[in-house]
Amino acid sequence: MKASSYYHSQKLVPYVFVLPFLISIAVFYVYPIIGTIIMSFQQVVPGQTHFIGLANYKRVISSDFLTALKNSSIYTLLTILILVPGPIILAVLLSKGPSHMNNALRAAFFIPSLVSVVVAGTLFRLMFAANGKAVVNAMLAWFGLKPVDWILGGARQAMFLMVLVAVWRWTGVNIIYFLAGLQAIPEDLYDAAAIDGAGPLNKFFHITLPLLRPTIIFVTTISIFGGFAMFEESYVLWQGVSPNNFGLTIVWLIYQKGFQLGDMGTASAIGLVLMVIVFTLSLSVLNLFGFFKREE
Amino acid sequence: MKRFLFVCLVIATLGIVPAFGQKTDITLWTFQELHLTFYQKMAEKWNAAHPKEMINLKGEVFPYDDMHNKLLISLQSGVGAPDISDIEISKFANYLQGDIQLAPLNDLIDPEKDKFVQSRLDLYKKDGKYYGLDFHVGAEVMYYNMDIMKAAGVDIDKIKTWGDYIKAGQQVVAKTGKPMTTIEVTEHWSYYPLLNMAGSDVVDSNGRVTLDDPINVKVLQLLKDMIYKYKIAIPTPGGFHHNEQYYGFMNDGGAASIWMPMWYMGRFTDYMTDLSGKIAVRPMPKFDGSDVVYNIKSPYTSAGMGGTGTAVIKTSKNLALAKKFLYFCKGSKEGTIATWTDLGFDPLRWDVWSDPAMKAPNKFTKFFVNKENIFDVLLQVKDGFNTTNVGGKYPAVIDAIKHTVMYKVLVEQSKTPEQALKEAAAELRK
Repeated sequence: MKASSYYHSQKLVPYVFVLPFLISIAVFYVYPIIGTIIMSFQQVVPGQTHFIGLANYKRVISSDFLTALKNSSIYTLLTILILVPGPIILAVLLSKGPSHMNNALRAAFFIPSLVSVVVAGTLFRLMFAANGKAVVNAMLAWFGLKPVDWILGGARQAMFLMVLVAVWRWTGVNIIYFLAGLQAIPEDLYDAAAIDGAGPLNKFFHITLPLLRPTIIFVTTISIFGGFAMFEESYVLWQGVSPNNFGLTIVWLIYQKGFQLGDMGTASAIGLVLMVIVFTLSLSVLNLFGFFKREE
Repeated sequence: MKRFLFVCLVIATLGIVPAFGQKTDITLWTFQELHLTFYQKMAEKWNAAHPKEMINLKGEVFPYDDMHNKLLISLQSGVGAPDISDIEISKFANYLQGDIQLAPLNDLIDPEKDKFVQSRLDLYKKDGKYYGLDFHVGAEVMYYNMDIMKAAGVDIDKIKTWGDYIKAGQQVVAKTGKPMTTIEVTEHWSYYPLLNMAGSDVVDSNGRVTLDDPINVKVLQLLKDMIYKYKIAIPTPGGFHHNEQYYGFMNDGGAASIWMPMWYMGRFTDYMTDLSGKIAVRPMPKFDGSDVVYNIKSPYTSAGMGGTGTAVIKTSKNLALAKKFLYFCKGSKEGTIATWTDLGFDPLRWDVWSDPAMKAPNKFTKFFVNKENIFDVLLQVKDGFNTTNVGGKYPAVIDAIKHTVMYKVLVEQSKTPEQALKEAAAELRK
C-alpha cells in the first residue's frame, strides 16, 4: 500500500481523530487509577515502596473514616434534596417570565459558580465569623437574636455552612441543566393539555416533571459524584483544621492521609473504597429511576 | 574537526562563565514570610562576605500546608524539590521515612556542636545524622498585659506557680471582667507545652504514642478547670492563637495574658501593634505538686516549643553551597544573633547569649515592657528544659490533638480528658 492511501483509509482516519481523546484518557484516568490500585497495596515512602498486602485496607475503617463517611453522606443527601427540586422550580419560573428579566436572573444565579471556591470559602468564613460585627451575626442582631458561632459552634452549624455554600454555588448550574431539559419538551403537549382543561399545577406534575426525568437522573447522578467529592469548600471554611472533624469529608481525609501525613498507601485504599461506594450508590439510584429498564 | 572544536569551545565557555562573579541560583521554600525576609538579608551578608561564591536566593513563601505537601510529594516523586526548605517541627518526621531525601549536616555542625543547645539539635537527628537546623530554642514564656494587670492590682512577679496564676486570674476577672487567658481549641500550643513542662510527652523516644499518659490527663483537666471551674480562661476566639480574630481580640485588650513560646513576640510586634509598651514577658508558672495541678510536681521551668528545621535537599545541584549558606544563616554566630535581632527568636547557640548584641535595642526591646532585659527571662529558665520527642507518630498525634481532643474536652465537653485521650491514643496505635 502506498503511504498516501493511509491518509485516505477510512479504517484508520477515525482512530487518528479520536486518538487525542484516548491518549488523555489513558494519561489522566487509566494510568492514575492503575497507580492508585497498586499503591493501595504498598507502603510508599520517599525512595522506597514495598508491598504490604491488605494492611492499608485494614487501616481504612477508623473513627475518622466513619465521621467523614457520615459527613459526606449527609452532605450529599441534603444537597440533592435542595439542589434538584429548587432549581426545577426556578427553571420553570425563569422559562415563563419576561425574557430580559429572565436573562438577568439567569446570569445572577450562574455567577457564583464562576467564583473560585477559595475566594467564596474565605468570604463565607468572614461573613459567618463568630463575633457580633460579622455580617450574618449583625443581621441576626437586628432581629434581636444572639450571635451564633457558625464556624466552631457544632456539627449542625458546620453542615449548614457547607450546604449553604453548595446551594449558593450550584443552583445556577442546575438551573441551566433544567432549562435545557425544559426546552426539549414540545410546546404542543402543553397546548393539548390546556384544551383538556389542565391548570398550571397539573401541567407541571403530568407533563414537565415526567419529561424532565432524564435531566433529573443526570443532575442527581452528578450531585452524588459532586457530593462525595466535596473537599475544597470545607477545607477553606475551616482553614485546614475543622474542630472535632465537623467539616471532615472523605476526600479531605484522603488529602490528610496522603499529602499531610505522607501515607499514600492508606489514602489510595480509602480512595478505592470511596470509588466502590459512589459506584454502588449511583447504580442503585439509576436503577431506582428505572434507567436500565427498556422504554415502554 | 572544526565543528568539534567549536562545540568544545562553547562547552568550555558555559563552564567558565559562572566562575566569574556570576551568582549561583539557590531556591528556598518557606511557609513564613518573616523567615524569608531573614534569609534574604542573610543572603546579602553572604554575598558581601563570599564574593567568589555569590548566590542568588530565590525564595518562595507558600501557605503552611501547601508547602509541606508540595515538598513531600516532590521528595516522593524525586522531582521539583528546592535546594533548601523550611520544615516545621510537627511535620519533620514525615520527611525522615524511607530513603531520607535530606542531606546530613554533620560536617558543618560537628566541629561546633558543643556551642548549640543540644536538645534542639537532637530534634532533627536520625541515626546520628542531623538533617535540620532550627531557628530557636522556643522557650515557653508568659506574656502579661500590664494595663489589665495594673487595673486588677496583680503583681506578676509574685506569680510563681499555677496556683498563683489561677488566683491572680480570679482577681483579674473580678476586677476587670476580662478573662485571664485564652486556651487554644483547634491547635496544640496551649496544651502541649504544659504537658511537656509537667514532665510528660505525647510520643516516647521511639516515636510510640503516649498521648494517654496519666500526666497528660491531669494537665488537660487543669486546662478544662481554668475555663469551667475557676472561670479564668475562655476558648480562644477563632480557635487558635494565630488567626485574625484572635489578633483583633487581643489587640483590643481582650485577655490579660497568654502563654506562648518566645518566638510569638513577632506576632505581637507585627499583628497586635496597639499593645506596644503594654506587654511584659515572664517565666512560666511551675507545677509545684499542689492540689490545683493534681499533685504534679516537676522541675521544668520552660519548654522548648515549636521550631523549624531547615534542611538541604539531597538532590540539590548545589548541595555543598546550599549547606554552607544554610549553616551561615542558622548555625554561625552571626546568623544566630540575627535570629534574635531580626526575628525575636531565642538563639540556638548558647555561646551568643552573653553577646552584647543581645542587649542592644531592637524592635522587640522597644515593644515589650522588659526593655533590654527580655533575654534575662531566658537565662532564668535555661536549665529547666524537658526534652521533646518528635519522631514516629508525632505528626499524627499532634493532628489528633488539634482535630478532636481539645474540642471534645474544652468546647463540647462531650468527653472527659481521660476518655478523649484514651480514644485518640487507641486510634493512633492502630
